[in-house]
Amino acid sequence: MYKILKKQVLNPTVTLMEIEAPMVARKAEPGQFIILRTDENGERMPLTIADFDREKGTVTIIYQIVGATTELLNHMEEGDCLLDFVGPLGRATETSGKKKVAVVGGGVGCAIAYPVVKKFHEQGTEVHAIVGFRNKDLVILEDEFKANSTKLVLMSDDGSCGEKGLVTDALKRLIDSGEQYDEVVTIGPLIMMKFVCNLTKEYGIKTVASMNPIMIDGTGMCGGCRLTVGGTTKFACVDGPEFDGHEIDFEEAIARSVMYKPFERNAHEEACNLIKTEVR
Amino acid sequence: MPANMSLIKNDMPTQEAEVRNKNFLEVTLGYTREQAIDEAKRCLNCKNRLCVTGCPVQIDIPEFICAVAAENFEEAYQVISRASSLPAVCGRVCPQESQCESKCVRGIKGEAVAIGRLERFVADYHNAHSTDKAIKPEGNGHKVAVIGSGPSGLACAGDLAKKGYEVTVFEALHLAGGVLVYGIPEFRLPKAIVQKEITALKELGVDIQTNMVVGKTISIDELMQDYGYESVFIGSGAGLPNFMNIKGENLKGVYSANEFLTRINLMKAYIDNAMTPIQKGTKVSVVGGGNVAMDAARCAKRLGADVTIIYRRTEKELPARLEEVHHAKEEGIKFLFLTNPLEIESTEDGWVKSILCQEMMLGEPDASGRQKPVPVQNSEFKVEADCIIMSIGTSPNPLIKATTEGLATQKWGGIIAEEETGLTSREGVYAGGDAVTGAATVILAMGAGKNAAAAIDEYLIKKGE
Ligand SMILES: Cc1cc2nc3c(=O)[nH]c(=O)nc-3n(C[C@H](O)[C@H](O)[C@H](O)COP(=O)(O)OP(=O)(O)OC[C@H]3O[C@@H](n4cnc5c(N)ncnc54)[C@H](O)[C@@H]3O)c2cc1C
Ligand SMILES: Cc1cc2nc3c(=O)[nH]c(=O)nc-3n(C[C@H](O)[C@H](O)[C@H](O)COP(=O)(O)OP(=O)(O)OC[C@H]3O[C@@H](n4cnc5c(N)ncnc54)[C@H](O)[C@@H]3O)c2cc1C
Ligand code: SF4
Ligand code: SF4
Ligand code: FES
Repeated sequence: MYKILKKQVLNPTVTLMEIEAPMVARKAEPGQFIILRTDENGERMPLTIADFDREKGTVTIIYQIVGATTELLNHMEEGDCLLDFVGPLGRATETSGKKKVAVVGGGVGCAIAYPVVKKFHEQGTEVHAIVGFRNKDLVILEDEFKANSTKLVLMSDDGSCGEKGLVTDALKRLIDSGEQYDEVVTIGPLIMMKFVCNLTKEYGIKTVASMNPIMIDGTGMCGGCRLTVGGTTKFACVDGPEFDGHEIDFEEAIARSVMYKPFERNAHEEACNLIKTEVR
Repeated sequence: MPANMSLIKNDMPTQEAEVRNKNFLEVTLGYTREQAIDEAKRCLNCKNRLCVTGCPVQIDIPEFICAVAAENFEEAYQVISRASSLPAVCGRVCPQESQCESKCVRGIKGEAVAIGRLERFVADYHNAHSTDKAIKPEGNGHKVAVIGSGPSGLACAGDLAKKGYEVTVFEALHLAGGVLVYGIPEFRLPKAIVQKEITALKELGVDIQTNMVVGKTISIDELMQDYGYESVFIGSGAGLPNFMNIKGENLKGVYSANEFLTRINLMKAYIDNAMTPIQKGTKVSVVGGGNVAMDAARCAKRLGADVTIIYRRTEKELPARLEEVHHAKEEGIKFLFLTNPLEIESTEDGWVKSILCQEMMLGEPDASGRQKPVPVQNSEFKVEADCIIMSIGTSPNPLIKATTEGLATQKWGGIIAEEETGLTSREGVYAGGDAVTGAATVILAMGAGKNAAAAIDEYLIKKGE
């Protein structure tokens, strides 16, 4: 069993949890993920390793409440235990040999971007973090990004915090102002990553996108997480989750990501109802 | 005892096709006591025991069947368990018609003795009546790690534990059992049977660690160097799904059989309020002709779809067990033989709409000796479908190879291991089952696990001297 040691609400829909999982913490690297199940009937849900502490034997996850499983997870408290927690899965981010990078995160994707930013920063790479949120209430990890980057650009859709505009606007401006990046790393909604990749392609800057397709086992057994990258099929859970952004077939990935929408809405409503009755 | 000279087997009691194709309860119900005894009397207790040569683990078939005829069911069980650790499973899923029963002399004129059904009867009888709890033997102080909890891993762990080894099984998924739990559906192999085997192993003192992906959470080298395991058995199966690499294979509505079956079996997606969703197709096409294809097709049928199996050779070449093909047909599954998919066509919003297929004919024999299917010119036609399940085989997962220095594998990914012992290119590391042979059968995997357990025991005794 995997105990929840800490629970912290980051914004109304995003929560951080620190989980006791020494075997996972021992091997975890930025860019990798875990799969958890809350309980016996639970779904297997992938979440990125947002942080880890090898000495304490803990792994931090940050999740956004979008459906049934994240809702159920969010109803667990400090001291409760997760039934299953497996990892670290996927490949770690390749950080070596880069002098200057931009990391572009959007929404809850910033939780995934944060450990990558931190790793670059710790190894002495100059990191520019560009993070975007819909509005100021949704901002997460601002202090952490500030402490671990050379430059932090905060963007919001409505201008309620940072600058008004999209992360691609900020990235374009930095590149145009003469910043020379060895690599851009982008993590966030598929549509955002697609536009980031389109932009950097124009400038010929190598770009890595962190993909999060629907997964089950996370070990290469089901093929549910497959993507087309450079014309061939890849399994995100073992070949990724990071891929060359200029090679990814984003249209296909976007289509596949909503495959279960018609089947899932019910589950969410049911979970909400279940929780409501339990609370009452 | 007078022999029963009937030319045909006792019929297996079965759920009606039109009833069972809407539920996930077991299809076959098992012989009654009377049927079992009657069937056992068909065995001639032959001197040259041809049936035994057809069983990959050489169960003493006439001996156990004689015991059944004499109504000594528990004795029959003891005979079987000398050679097999999973009789309730193998009695249900072995392709008997190409193994033990294919060699039975009664099959020369009429039908073979129903060896598999008798094996199942005996195992079920034992499970229902035995109150014995496995007793944990005294430890010998040596630690062995087993990777994977499919039939090969379970058999290896069980035999070693009985010899007093401290055995830990490392399983990547959250549930132990391998293909027996995530692949083969409930209606063919009730999960309670697998659970019983796993409970028995735990009683023997085997420690089962789920959520442990060897190669990610821990490596073989760490197991041996840092955690004190003196020997390792790799029974990681062949779980990597193959695709055809045709256009449209990544459309919404296209599954690998592994994904489809895992959602249904492991994640229980067939139960109405399950958390893990499954697409309930209305017109489902399954591409392939093995056990996996039959299982996927029959699951889709039970979820309410109109199901067609697309296979590129003829009915005669279907690699699935005969019984599964019979059952599938009875349940209303259609077959398109000599048909090969060329391309999957899409609706405007990216869902599967149809499969463009091509007719085939059988040509020259290929390397496997089977006639090779070749395309018929200008024979393209479309099959409508809103869900397609690709069931064209699996290969060993490369994860362990990629993270284990010096572990030799075949080009196609199979781990190279000595046939008799399972010894790999690494000292103290053994392997068996689908990880070595590629996708095969439960009985072969179980046999390989047992052989490796004996070899590991011998190796560690020698090493200790
Ligand atoms: C490698 C990986 C890392 C991830 N890391 C994080 C993370 O750090 N933090 C986080 O909040 N989320 C992360 N996710 C996404 C997270 O797994 C899903 O949000 C979660 O599974 C949703 O479960 P649910 O039952 O609450 O919602 P569901 O009811 O399953 O889904 C709600 C809605 O979200 C959609 N959806 C579900 N899964 C995905 C997905 N993988 N991609 C896009 N849309 C999806 C559904 O179609 C549906 O519309 C990651 C996913 C992957 C594959
Ligand atoms: C749908 C289906 C139907 C079948 N029907 C029949 C049938 O009717 N009759 C028959 O005889 N055979 C049948 N088979 C084949 C049979 O199930 C297999 O040959 C057999 O299960 C192989 O056993 P195994 O122990 O080698 O591997 P598996 O049963 O595949 O078990 C391997 C286990 O190892 C785990 N694992 C993999 N990698 C790692 C890792 N890195 N770390 C930790 N754990 C790992 C897996 O999660 C899995 O649990 C069928 C197979 C399928 C898929
Ligand atoms: S294990 Fe399989 S092959 Fe051997 S006797 Fe039993 S059914 Fe026949
Ligand atoms: S070959 Fe057939 S009849 Fe002869 S011993 Fe074996 S099962 Fe009995
Ligand atoms: S999640 Fe199953 S193969 Fe990637």
